[in-house]
Amino acid sequence: MFLASARKLRSLGIIGMNQRNFGLISRYNPRHLYPLVDDKLKTKLLAQKAGITVPKLLGTVQYQHDVKLLKELLCPHDQFVIKPVKGSGGKGILVIIEHDHNLYFKPSGDSIQLVDIERHVSNILSGLHSLGGKPDTVMIESLIQLDPVFSDYSYEGIPDIRIIVFRGYPIMAMLRLTTHVSDGKANLHQGAVGVGIDVGSGKALHAVQYGNTISHHPDTRKTFSELTVPHWDKLLQLAAACYEMTGLGYLGADLVLDRDRGLMIIELNARPGLAIQVANFAGLAPRVAVIEALKIIDPDPQLRAAFSKIHFAVDADAHPLRHLRTRSDDP
Amino acid sequence: MHTRLRLYILVILIMGFGIGLILYKHFALGFPLLPDDKKSVWTIEARINFVARGDPVVVSFALPPQTPDIVFMKEDFASPDYGFSEVISPTGRRAEWSKRTANGPQTAYYRLSLYETEQIVSAQITDDLPPEPEKPEFDEVIKTAAITLLEQVHGRSANTEIFTRELIATLNSKTPSQNQSLLLNEKSGEDYKTYLIINLLAMEGISARIVRGLYLEDGRRRQSLINFVEVYIGGQWLLFNQNSGVHGKPENFLIWQRGDQSLLDVVGGKNSQISFAIIKNVHSTRNLVVRDGMNKQAGLVDFSIYSLPIEQQNAFKMILLLPIGALIVVIMRLLIGIRTSGTFMPILIALALIQTTLLTGIIIFLTVVGIGLLIRSYLSRLNLLFVARISAVIIVVIAIIASISIISNKIGLDQAMTVTFFPMIILSWTIERMSVLWEEDGPREVFIQGSGSLLTAVIAYLFMTNRTVEYLSFNFPELMLVNLALILVLGQYTGYRLSELYRFHSLERRNVSGKR
Repeated sequence: MFLASARKLRSLGIIGMNQRNFGLISRYNPRHLYPLVDDKLKTKLLAQKAGITVPKLLGTVQYQHDVKLLKELLCPHDQFVIKPVKGSGGKGILVIIEHDHNLYFKPSGDSIQLVDIERHVSNILSGLHSLGGKPDTVMIESLIQLDPVFSDYSYEGIPDIRIIVFRGYPIMAMLRLTTHVSDGKANLHQGAVGVGIDVGSGKALHAVQYGNTISHHPDTRKTFSELTVPHWDKLLQLAAACYEMTGLGYLGADLVLDRDRGLMIIELNARPGLAIQVANFAGLAPRVAVIEALKIIDPDPQLRAAFSKIHFAVDADAHPLRHLRTRSDDP
Repeated sequence: MHTRLRLYILVILIMGFGIGLILYKHFALGFPLLPDDKKSVWTIEARINFVARGDPVVVSFALPPQTPDIVFMKEDFASPDYGFSEVISPTGRRAEWSKRTANGPQTAYYRLSLYETEQIVSAQITDDLPPEPEKPEFDEVIKTAAITLLEQVHGRSANTEIFTRELIATLNSKTPSQNQSLLLNEKSGEDYKTYLIINLLAMEGISARIVRGLYLEDGRRRQSLINFVEVYIGGQWLLFNQNSGVHGKPENFLIWQRGDQSLLDVVGGKNSQISFAIIKNVHSTRNLVVRDGMNKQAGLVDFSIYSLPIEQQNAFKMILLLPIGALIVVIMRLLIGIRTSGTFMPILIALALIQTTLLTGIIIFLTVVGIGLLIRSYLSRLNLLFVARISAVIIVVIAIIASISIISNKIGLDQAMTVTFFPMIILSWTIERMSVLWEEDGPREVFIQGSGSLLTAVIAYLFMTNRTVEYLSFNFPELMLVNLALILVLGQYTGYRLSELYRFHSLERRNVSGKR
């Protein structure tokens, strides 16, 4: 059979796109809060104010005529990342890992020239990658250094950890590993590997690439069974704190581990996708139901993270499926 | 709960209103629900000939009565130099032609176009009550024969209706008895027979009257009116064929005149003659109904798209199809989960396909987008600013379409000529988006979204060009309300999309195999 039965999926608590849009995003994410996460400069400022580490900002370009200043701006840096401020889904991100006179090297080893970078920046400014084609700003960030923990699991790029935070509680997590086919990007539909992570322990559960289960990293051939994300408690707390930072009830926090500077937030997402369910082999709905049943949201992110560790650990007793508010209406 | 309840009430109201209007238009105004519904329109021409004697002339001619099941589209009265008026008397309508002096052969024409409706006509309450039948005065011999005949028939019948039928049948029997031969003497014409039947019925105390009518048959000329007998039985008039005794109005039979009044009176003329010619035309029911509605100023027809100039009407034909396309897109995206590039691009492509026809349209779309992508990939190497680049793509697209038009014209294909209306900006934007998609997500994604858009467009096209859909959307614009209600309901759908059943199918297998 190529198709799952809808009833089976529902009993597993898999949330579909329509339900996500209707029951989670439109119910828990007020529109006026979107700019906080859609604009990465604003997110960065918010995070800095909250005392959370973010990649260092090396510079911004706002106007087309400033594109000429790029050479000067990039000159002192060997490694950097160019991003559209309003980009989404990893679009328009250019990573340079080596700089030699006029040649800039991408993680894949391909070299490009300054004009290519200038064109890329100019495209971003015109709004090519931004939501709705609005004029955009370019930001240049310091490159994240690969933490040796992941060196066996990553190819030509930096893995990131996506944590879904629902009303301040981290409910599901996934490690996204770059591969050769994903061109060093941690984007699942481009071929990155998604590894479901046990919220309770930070241990790898399952791994998928293009929706198919795999047991080894396709490039490094390293098995996932030994993989544990370090500093797991800290990661959960950081993700939980994003709720206070943004006010969004349903958000995806993308975090990385930097070799030198430790935990960092690189991006927040107000419309996180549903592939995380495939990587975890579990549906979001039962976990959403647990949180929806709570009367009060704990104001302390650390306590919330602790709550999640207990309730969403894989070995925890199976939760009985509760009535979901996302499927019906408020009383 | 409240918002959802309110929405469902709204949906029910909108849908009920829409369906109500459709039913009203169908049943009360007679709009057919299918485009191929056709009706026969009969045109009857009565030609009156007489010879004038040089005195003042008055020609009075009985006109057929208007009944709810027949619509008179047009009545014409023609005769040179005559004054004309239509007189409405208690016995029915009459046409009157008059002239101070006339000499020699004269002709007057009356022409009528009509069609029958299928409206449910409530059983007619007869308001024309019959007068007490007058006992006829026969001479002794005939009277005896009549009484004998009536007694025979009476013995064979149980009620008035059977009695009437039997009486007529007996009079028409092929082996006439002496009494019948006596009653129907040799020189008897149609009228004589009619009045004989009426008189015989009167002797029994039954009221009856003469009815003149016309069989509607295509291409008949020199027809005359046929006599029927209408008998008042049980509070209503029943029609009997005087030659067979069969009861009921035959099909395609137009009742022209009832009762004793003359059909034609000519004062100041002689040798008056009347003959009928009949022609049948087939018209679309919709056109007839719209014309009828306009004439009667029926609000729903009068204040509608039909009252607009033809050019605007044609525009609306197109515009009213858009909601159908929108519904298809909603279904394809929300229920099936097909990915398209841009939300409503498929509708625009479908509109373009309508202008070019399906196959040509798809070929042109693929050609233009294909060539466009190639040129766009070259443009991206030229280091252009974004706005300049997309503008360049627009010009390239126009150039491609122009060349397609010219080449196809040389080859002799005219279909491609209509391509001029293919929305250029849409195509250019598609090319730009696809090109970016290609660079960022690879050709696979381009293929998925491109074919998703095209598939949705083709399905929308098939619906939008369907004759019935086209007909319904234009003639029943209230269908839009039903469409709106459906979209409102679909907007509430939080279940899985069909594509997600595929996307998540590995989850099912995994869980079935026993883990957790």
